[in-house]
Amino acid sequence: MPADNLPEAQSRLIDDEPSQSVKVSVLSSEKLASRRRWRHLSDKTAKVSIAVGGISVIVAILLIFAYLFYEVVPLFAGATVEEAASYDLQDSSASLHLAIEEQSEMAMRLGDDGVARFFDLESGENAATIAVKVPSGATITSFALDSEQSGLFALGLNTGEAVVARYAYDTRFAQLDNRRILTPKIDYPFGEIPYTLAVDKPLASIALRTSGENMMLAATARGGELSLLKASKQTSLFAAFDLGGGAEFEIEERRLSGMTLGGEQLFIDGDRFWLFVIDDEGLARLLSLRTAFTAPNPQFEVQALLTAGRANPTDISFLLGGISLLVGDDQGAISQWFLTKRDDTVALEKIRSFQDSASPVVSLSPEQRRKSFVSVDAQGVVSLFNTTARRQAFTGQLAADGARALAISPRGDALLIESGRGQMALWAVENKHPEVSWSALWSRVWYEGYSEPDFIWQSSAATNEFEPKYSLVPLSFGTLKAAFYAMLLAAPLAICGAIFTGYFMAPMMRRKVKPLIELMEALPTVVLGFLAGLWLAPFVENNLLGIFSVLVILPLSILLMSFFWVQLPSELRHRIPDGWEAGILIPVIVVFTALSFAIAAPLEALFFGGDMRFYLTNELGINYDQRNAMVVGFAMGFAVIPTIFSIAEDAIFTVPKHLTYGSLALGATPWQSLYRVVLPTASPGIFSALMIGMGRAVGETMIVLMATGNTPIMDINIFEGMRTLAANIAVEIPESEVDSTHYRILFLAALVLFMFTFMFNTVAEVIRQRLRDKYSTI
Amino acid sequence: MKISASKWLSSGTPFVWLNAGAVAISILMVVGLLGLLTVRGMAHFWPTDVMQANYAPPVAFGSVMSTEVLGEKVETESVSSIQIASSGIPVDESIPTYERELVKLGNRDVTGADFAWLLSSYISDIRYPANVVVLERREWGNFYGFLSGVKESGERVVQGAGDDAALWDEFEQRLSRALAIHDEIYRIEKQEIGEVNYALERLRLNQRGLELDGAFDAETEAEFAAQREELGSEYALLQQDLVVLNQTIERDSAQFFAANGAEIEVEFADIVRAYRPNQMGFAEKLLTYFAKLGEFLTDEPREANTEGGIFPAIFGTVMMVLLMSVFVTPFGVVAAVYLREYARQGFVTQAIRIAVNNLAGVPSIVYGVFGLGFFIYIIGAEVDQLFYPEALPAPTFGTPGLLWASLTLALLTVPVVIVATEEGLARIPRSVREGSLALGATKFETLWRVVLPMASPAMMTGLILAVARAAGEVAPLMLVGVVKLAPSLPLDGNYPYLHLDQKFMHLGFHIYDVGFQSPNIEAARPLVFATALLLVIVIAGLNLSAVALRNRLREKFKSLEV
Repeated sequence: MPADNLPEAQSRLIDDEPSQSVKVSVLSSEKLASRRRWRHLSDKTAKVSIAVGGISVIVAILLIFAYLFYEVVPLFAGATVEEAASYDLQDSSASLHLAIEEQSEMAMRLGDDGVARFFDLESGENAATIAVKVPSGATITSFALDSEQSGLFALGLNTGEAVVARYAYDTRFAQLDNRRILTPKIDYPFGEIPYTLAVDKPLASIALRTSGENMMLAATARGGELSLLKASKQTSLFAAFDLGGGAEFEIEERRLSGMTLGGEQLFIDGDRFWLFVIDDEGLARLLSLRTAFTAPNPQFEVQALLTAGRANPTDISFLLGGISLLVGDDQGAISQWFLTKRDDTVALEKIRSFQDSASPVVSLSPEQRRKSFVSVDAQGVVSLFNTTARRQAFTGQLAADGARALAISPRGDALLIESGRGQMALWAVENKHPEVSWSALWSRVWYEGYSEPDFIWQSSAATNEFEPKYSLVPLSFGTLKAAFYAMLLAAPLAICGAIFTGYFMAPMMRRKVKPLIELMEALPTVVLGFLAGLWLAPFVENNLLGIFSVLVILPLSILLMSFFWVQLPSELRHRIPDGWEAGILIPVIVVFTALSFAIAAPLEALFFGGDMRFYLTNELGINYDQRNAMVVGFAMGFAVIPTIFSIAEDAIFTVPKHLTYGSLALGATPWQSLYRVVLPTASPGIFSALMIGMGRAVGETMIVLMATGNTPIMDINIFEGMRTLAANIAVEIPESEVDSTHYRILFLAALVLFMFTFMFNTVAEVIRQRLRDKYSTI
Repeated sequence: MKISASKWLSSGTPFVWLNAGAVAISILMVVGLLGLLTVRGMAHFWPTDVMQANYAPPVAFGSVMSTEVLGEKVETESVSSIQIASSGIPVDESIPTYERELVKLGNRDVTGADFAWLLSSYISDIRYPANVVVLERREWGNFYGFLSGVKESGERVVQGAGDDAALWDEFEQRLSRALAIHDEIYRIEKQEIGEVNYALERLRLNQRGLELDGAFDAETEAEFAAQREELGSEYALLQQDLVVLNQTIERDSAQFFAANGAEIEVEFADIVRAYRPNQMGFAEKLLTYFAKLGEFLTDEPREANTEGGIFPAIFGTVMMVLLMSVFVTPFGVVAAVYLREYARQGFVTQAIRIAVNNLAGVPSIVYGVFGLGFFIYIIGAEVDQLFYPEALPAPTFGTPGLLWASLTLALLTVPVVIVATEEGLARIPRSVREGSLALGATKFETLWRVVLPMASPAMMTGLILAVARAAGEVAPLMLVGVVKLAPSLPLDGNYPYLHLDQKFMHLGFHIYDVGFQSPNIEAARPLVFATALLLVIVIAGLNLSAVALRNRLREKFKSLEV
C-alpha cells in the first residue's frame, strides 16, 4: 500500500499514538512493563534477524565467486601418488610387458619365457598363468606391443617366426550380488599359426600395428633383411559356417633385400603409414608403408637424429594415438617427435622435450585416455607428464633400487612399478587434470599433426585418441573483437548523443528522449540477436555498399544541414527554439539514409561489377561470412549504446551549472564552454561509462550466439565471425561431463569473464563516486 | 551567402549538429527497431489475399518452364543478376539487378517446399480468384486450392465447382463437427490419459520407495497390483473411446484442386482453420485476424514450434518470473534494509554496496554456469539422494528445472532489488525517522510502520525491474531449465500441482530456438517476429511502469525535503 499522501500518513500516526497510550494507561503497570519488554524483544529480534538475513544474502551473492574458484582450482593442483601395496610375484623371468586392466582390479605381466601371469592388483595373488602358444623349442628374441588399449602384442622368435596374441578379460556378473567376475585369457585374433618373417634367423626386432581386422608386422633379424607383412581378415560369405574359428587371412608379404639392418628398433605409427627404424644412437629413418609393398625399390624418405649430443635412446614409445614418438635417453631427457608437413616436405621434428633428471630414463609408459605418459629413471624417480600442456604433474622417488618396468592403469589412477624380478609396488595416483597448464591455455601449443605451434580451441572430437585443444586465446580474441566492433559503433553515437542530450538539448525534448533511449537497454538481447541473425545479416549481405555509403553520407548530410540551417533567415530559424536540432535532423537522416541505399545499387554496378559481396570474395579474396563481426557490431552496439549513454549523460548533465554560466559570461561560445569546461569536468564519468559499456559487450551472450557463426577463428577481418567466451560456455557446457577437464575449463572461462567485468565495473564505479564527491564540493 | 564557412566552423556549430545527429540516429534506431518488430509481428496474422499467376522463368538457353502458382506474397527484394545467375537461372547479366518476390506456396506435402523466390519479371497473368481456399493444417503447413467436393466414408456427397455456396456450407459444417471431435480427442489424450499415466508413474515410484525402505511385502504388493489393475482398466476404457473418436473424425474428407490442377484429398481431421481470403471483407478479415491472434496467445505450438501458439512459453515465463519474485523480494529487501538501516556506514559497507551494485553488471551466463554447477549438480544431486532415492538413477532435482531456473534468476536480479530499495530508503528524509523515534517508537517499529511503507514504491520499482530483466534473460536459462518443447505445464491438476522439478518453455528461448534451430526457417520467421514483439511489449511495459513509479516517488519526496 503506497502512502499516497504523507502528511495524512503522519497525522494518522500521530492520531494513533495517543489513543493507544490511553488504552495502555488504563492497564496495570505490570502489563505496561511486559508490553515494553515485548517491544524491546521484538526490536532486538528484528535487528538480529535483519542482520543475519542481510549478511547471508550478501554472502550468498559473493558465494558465486568462491564457487567458481572452487571449481577451477583443481585444474592447477598437481598429482598425488600414494603407496597402496607391494608384493613379490616370485617370477624369475625378465618382464617384457606390464599392463593393468580397465577397472584396476587385475594386472598382467608378460615374461620373456612367454608366460603371461595375471594377478590381483591389490594383493598380487595369482589369478591365472597362461603361456603364449609358441612352437616348441623356440625362444623369444623380441617383443612388440600394438597399443596399450588393444592389448595385442607380437613375439619375435629365434626361428624367424612371430606369434601375434592378445591379453584380454572376459567379464560376467555374478547373479547373487551383481559382482564383476573377470576371467583372464590370451587369445589370437590373427590366428594361432606363427607368421614367418625370416628363414631360421632369430628376429632381433619386431613392430606390430593393428586396426580392426587389419594387421601389419615388420621385423628384422640381426644383419638380415627387413621384412614386412600385412594380414587382413577375410570376411567371406562362408566365414559364418567356418566353425573351426580359424578365420581366413589374406596375407601380403615383402622382403626388402636392399635394406639390411643391424639391431635397429622398429616401430609402426598408428595409421600404418610409416615404419620408424631407429638405431642405438638415436638415428631414426622412416620408410613409407604406403609404397613399401608395391614400389620396386623403396627407400628411406625421412631421417632425423632423435637424441641430442652423445645421448643414446633407452626407451622409445608411441603416445596415445600413435602419432607422437616419445624418446627417453641415457642422459635423462625425454623428447616428443612427430611428422610435420610443410610445402609437401615431410619431416620428423622435435616438438618439445621434458627434462626429468640426469640419470638415464629406464621406461616410458603412455596413458590410454590422455596425451600423458609416465617415466621412470635408473634411480627410481617416477614422473607424470602431459605432452600438450608440457606439464610435469608429479615427480618423486618411488622405487629405491631402480625400476625395470612400469604400467599405468587405463584410467590413470594406478601405477605399477616393477623393480628387481617380480618385485611389484602399486601406487594410487590422483591426476585429474594433467592437460591444463598456463601455457596450454594462453600460449601457442604445437598440437599433433600441425606444422607449427598455434592457438586453437577444439574441445571434443569423434575419437578417443583426439588431443583436446584448450587454448583460451581464440575465445578471448573473439570476445575482444566483438566488443571492439560494438564499441566502434556505440562509443561515438552514445557519447555524442549524451553530450547533446546532457548539454544542448531543450529540457522538454530531453524528458522524452532519455527514457526512449534507456528503453533500448531493457530490450531483451535475444530479440536483438534474432533480428541481427535473421534480418540484419541477410540485409547487410545484400546491401553491403549501401551500409558503407550510409556511414559516409550521414555525417556529411548532417554537416550540410547544419550549414544550410545557419544560412536561413533568422525569423525562420527562431521559430524553432535552441536545443531542437536533433528533431530537425530526424527527417534529414531518414531521407539521406534512403538516398544512400538508392544510390548504392548503381554505384555497385559501376565499381564492383554489380555485387560487392561477390567482388570481395572473388576479386579481393576476402572471406565473407553472412553472420560476421560487422553484424555483431551493429547489434551489440545497439545493446551497449543505452548503457554508455545513460551514464555519460548523467555525468555531463550533473556538471554544476555555474561553471557553464561563468564560461559563457566570459564570452565563450556554447561549444567552447562544453569543450573546455564541461567535458574535462565530466571526463571521468564518460570514461567510466565506456568501461561499463565495454563490460557489458564482453559478457553479452545471446547476440553473439545468434549473430555469428561461432567458429573459434583468430582473424580481425570485419567480414568474418568469431566465438566469444560467453557464447562458448553457452554452447559447450550442457554437453560437457561434470568435473571433467573441459567442464572446469569452461568454469575458468566463466571466472575470467566474471573477474574481468567485475574489475571493470568496480573501477568505473569508484571513478563515478569520486566524481560525485568532486561535484558536491565545487 | 550570409555566414562564411570559416565562421560557421569556428563557432563550433557543426560539432553541435553532429552531436545532435548522434541523438537523432539513436532515436531512429530505437523507433525503427520497434516499428520493424511491430509491422512484421502483427502482419503475420492478417489473412492476405492469395494470388494466382503464371510463372515462366528461363531454365536453359531459350527454353522456358511455365508453371501455375498459387500463394501469398511475403516480401520483395532486389538482387544482383550475378547472384541469380550463379544460382543457376540464366538471366540477362547486363541488367544489374532483378526484383524477386518471396511467395508462400504452401502445399509442402505436394511440392516439397512451401516458400519460393520468384523473379518478378517472369510472373504474368496475376489474378485473385474469389474461391481460393486457405487451409491451416495440423501437419505440412498451409494448403492453397479450390474446393471441389466433400466425401463421407470415401463416397462423394456434395460436388460442385467455382463458388458453389452449398458446397462451402457443407464443408464448413463438417469442419466444425471435426473440430469439436478433435477437441474431445485432445481432452482425453492430454488430460485423462495424462492423469492415468501420472498416477501409474507415482505408483511405480511409491513401490520403489517402499522397496528401498524394505517395507514392501506381499500385502502392499497385492494392494499395488490392485491399484495398477484399476488404472489399467481405466486406461483401456479411455483408449477405446479414443479409437471410436478417431474413427468418427476420419469419416469425412474434402477434395481440392491445387494450383497445378491435381485433385488432392484433405482429411477434415487435419484442418485447423479454413477461409477464403479473396472474398472476405475488411470486417471479416479483422475477425479472422483476431481469431488467429487469439490462437497464437492461447494455443500450443504445432509442427516443431513453427506454427500454432506459444501459450506454454508464456505460461512458463510467467511461472518462472513469479517464483523468482517470491525468492527475490524478501531477500533483496532484507539485504537493502540491513545495508542502509542497520549496518555501520563505513568503508566496508561502501565496498559491499559497490560490489553488489557491480554484480548487476556481471554477465548473465556466469550466473547460468553457477546455477548449473552449484544448484543442479551439487544441491540438486544431494536432494535427489535424500528425498527421491526411488526415482534414481533418473534425476528429479539433479537436472535443470523450474526451481533452479528461478533461483538462478533470483540471484541474477537480487542486486537490482537491493539497489532500488536502498535508493528508496535513502530518499526518505531523516526528519521522518526522527519524528517516529521521538514519539517513542523503537527502531523496528519505525522501520515497520513508517519507513517501509514509504519505501514500498521503491521496492515495487526494484521488483518490476527485476522481473523485466528476468523475463528477457535467455543465456542462463539455457543451462538451468528451459526446453524447446515441454510435454506438460509446470502447474496442473496432478498432485503436487506445482512441479518445481519440471523443465519449462520460455518466450526468449522460444525465439532463439525457433529462429535458429528450426528446420523450416521461412515458415517460422513471422512467428518469431510475433513472439519477439510480445516479449518486447511485456518488458517495455514493465520498464515504463517502473519508470513511472519511480518518478511518482521522487515527486512525492521532493515536498518533504527541507
